[in-house]
Amino acid sequence: MLAPVNHISGLTSIVRERLLPVSGTVLVRLNQKVSPMDVVAEARWAREHVLLDVARLLRVSTNAADRLVKCKVDDELAAGVEIAVGKGLFPRSVRAPREGRVVAVGGGQVLMEVGQSKVELRAGIPGTIVEILPNRGAVIQTAGALIQGVWGNGRIDSGLLVNLAENPDGILTVGKLDISLRGSIILAGMVKDAETLQAAADLPVRGLILSSLFPSLIQKAREMRYPIMVTDGFGSLPMNSAAYKLLSTNAKREVTVNAEIFDRYSGARPEVIIPLPISSNPPSPREVETFAPGLQVRMRRPPFMGMIGSIVSVKPGLSVLPSGLRAPAAEVKLENDQTVVAPLVNLEVVG
Amino acid sequence: MPSSLVDGNSLLAIDVGAANTRAVHFDVIEGEYRFVASGTAPTTAEAPFKDVAEGARNAIENLQKILGRTLLDGSRGLITPTQPNGSGVDALVVTLSAGPVIKTVVVGLLKDVSLESARRLTESTYTRIVDTIGLTDQRKPDHQIDSILRLRPDLVVITGGTDGGASLSIQKLLEPIGLASFLLPQEKRPAVLFAGNEKMEAEVKTLVGELATSLHFSPNVRPSLETEDLDPAERELARMFINIRKRQIKGVDLLDLWSGGHILPTAYATGRMVRFLAKVYGSKKGILSVDLGASAAVIAAGFNGKSTLKVMPQFGLGENLPGLLNYTSLDDILRWSSLDVSTGVVRDYLYQKALYPSTIAATREDLAIAQAVARQALYLAMQSARRDFPQNIASIKPNLTPLFEPILAGGGALSDASHPGQSLLLLLDTIQPVGVTTIIIDQNNLLPLLGSAASQNNILPVQVLDSGAFLSVGTVVSPVVSATYGTPVLRAKLNYENGAEARVDLKYGTLETLPLANGETGNLTIQTLRGADVGFGPGRSGTIPVSGGALGVVFDGRGRPLDLPSDAVRRRELIKKWVWTLGGE
Repeated sequence: MLAPVNHISGLTSIVRERLLPVSGTVLVRLNQKVSPMDVVAEARWAREHVLLDVARLLRVSTNAADRLVKCKVDDELAAGVEIAVGKGLFPRSVRAPREGRVVAVGGGQVLMEVGQSKVELRAGIPGTIVEILPNRGAVIQTAGALIQGVWGNGRIDSGLLVNLAENPDGILTVGKLDISLRGSIILAGMVKDAETLQAAADLPVRGLILSSLFPSLIQKAREMRYPIMVTDGFGSLPMNSAAYKLLSTNAKREVTVNAEIFDRYSGARPEVIIPLPISSNPPSPREVETFAPGLQVRMRRPPFMGMIGSIVSVKPGLSVLPSGLRAPAAEVKLENDQTVVAPLVNLEVVG
Repeated sequence: MPSSLVDGNSLLAIDVGAANTRAVHFDVIEGEYRFVASGTAPTTAEAPFKDVAEGARNAIENLQKILGRTLLDGSRGLITPTQPNGSGVDALVVTLSAGPVIKTVVVGLLKDVSLESARRLTESTYTRIVDTIGLTDQRKPDHQIDSILRLRPDLVVITGGTDGGASLSIQKLLEPIGLASFLLPQEKRPAVLFAGNEKMEAEVKTLVGELATSLHFSPNVRPSLETEDLDPAERELARMFINIRKRQIKGVDLLDLWSGGHILPTAYATGRMVRFLAKVYGSKKGILSVDLGASAAVIAAGFNGKSTLKVMPQFGLGENLPGLLNYTSLDDILRWSSLDVSTGVVRDYLYQKALYPSTIAATREDLAIAQAVARQALYLAMQSARRDFPQNIASIKPNLTPLFEPILAGGGALSDASHPGQSLLLLLDTIQPVGVTTIIIDQNNLLPLLGSAASQNNILPVQVLDSGAFLSVGTVVSPVVSATYGTPVLRAKLNYENGAEARVDLKYGTLETLPLANGETGNLTIQTLRGADVGFGPGRSGTIPVSGGALGVVFDGRGRPLDLPSDAVRRRELIKKWVWTLGGE
């Protein structure tokens, strides 16, 4: 049976596509080295539009209005510029209410885009540009440790990793945050209160790597301007030992937290990347696995949720679970040496 | 054009669900169509595959192992028709529910008329209405444009105007749609369905025709103010759903090709089967199908020529689970639990399960939480579906569930239950049937597949239904009565075919059963007490033939609507007792 894979790897090749949400300009070139905060592409994006009904405002037919309109598509207009003027002794006029660009003219109407803002797409990871995606972005390759999570707040940043979680089930509280952590990425355990998230923002930190987050804090976490990545889930879950070992042994290194929003369809996942010096490119992680003896797995559902183990055997047919349900299952030897039977659908391969 | 399946002997049906893909084999055995076997594999709509054909091939390979018969060739293509060496199948049908929910904007004139029809139409497939634009919309057109640009809908459904009626108002509503589509990149433009004033086809083509990825027309859902006809538009929407999925997910086009165009949204196929059964049974009572899976709760009902189909992704048990809290509270979920767990545990469960929709409960505690969540989701889905049932249908009381015969139930939450009693109690708690009804569990989730095959081969569904591929849980008798706990409300006597008889006294607030094995029949004499009504009329008694099932004849004296005790300890004790009565632990 095919197995879902969560990448937690000490050294691997990492290739990531970075794309603008709309068409824009790519600012990097092939084989260029980039750092996480480098802008690889940018675009101008108008979030608002103004529809001016010239015919109605001038009280003329649509055809007449079209003849009276002075601007054309792509004209950049300042606020107050006259767009159309009627006829007569005291003609009415239509002016641009705000600064903007004309995007459509016709049917007696003028549509403008206003409130244009610049969208900057950052590299997110340090590496080399290996492909340019015209008008959209670039593909970046790097090598290092990779730790994927299950939830991210959509932010990205880099900084020095500081370990505040003495063990995988540590709890980050306001009291543990002090000014010496300013600008750091913090490896923490669980967060159980909004004050801690706010205190981290006030320092400010450059990122939080959490084992779990209380669901009631999701909205607050989304509002934070620094990246937050959750490795294991929601509630009071300790960090899985594979992620904890890898992260804690890389403390004091420069890391990138790309807390991308998990999208099961596109494959986008929040992740921590720890660039490492290499002499040759390591292999890329395997995206597809089939459950088999020897594979390292993580339990995704109680009991033993979050624990790491290795498959001893894949049991034939269906196994009866303590819940009474029957499902294909595997014997898994957990890190505490206990051997348990777990349904395959509750396992994911770690590697 | 799709080829006919009537002459085919063997049929392979593939259901691509949100979590699992199943390949099901039907063949002619001793002159009749039978469900032979099924193979399952994880659905591969998501990364890293992003190709549903891969999951379909894996499911077929698992089926091959069970059948001992080759269905795929060396390059993993489907072998059709059946070869002289016995490999391959004669025909294929596909149902599909996998994929992200389809973001939809509905447009119409009046809130209670065309917009209401647009909503009902849109809810017949796997959509989420993200915006509504109507005559009473207070926003300016440019704000409507910005909203569409921000939401990036996959689909716009436009209704409004009786045939030959209003056109100017609809034109005004179409402008923001056309302009927003114009501003969106080509590949992000929505598909548009126009199901309004038929006389406006040319104008609609002018206003949005070139700006939509595809523009579809269907007969007006409101040809007159008093008439609503959703069927043709639902059919068109089903086609559009498949086309949208072809754009979104690789492999749908290959399955479409393999099946010769016999690919349908799973819910639509279920709805078609329910309509078909309603015709076959021709009973005064309705036919109800409920399906609770990862992608959605689907409720289809057929009533004497009329049918309703409601797909509710918001009540699905997969990635949308945290959204359930927009419709209910944690306490309301916990009222169904036999275990004393905190609201925090349930909240964590909802979020964690959404991360891993395909996982299952391995412990009793986890299963109890899963069942409580499933109960509340199906309860809400049923409440919501009931609002769209037609008027003047057979019922005991207007505010209660109408009379149904039979009730068919499928989906992961029901077919995965550890014993039939667990599934039955879930259905009794949520649907709250009244009168006398047969409850059938679609343990192999065949109903949509039969619905998909039905239009091409109307013999197959009937023969498979009669073949025992579905699990009859039994006949349920649910009196409608007002009484206090422990008061006798019904006496019943079951006469078996062998001359034996069994009796039961049903007290208010309790469940009772009489054994009647699957395939057996008997005559049930019901004497109602305290004015109870089981469909014969208040206080009336009667004798009816009943058929058996896994739990025989079940009497539900817990009252309608079901009123659970507010005291949590007593409630949990009662739930445990009810589970025990129906064969659970």
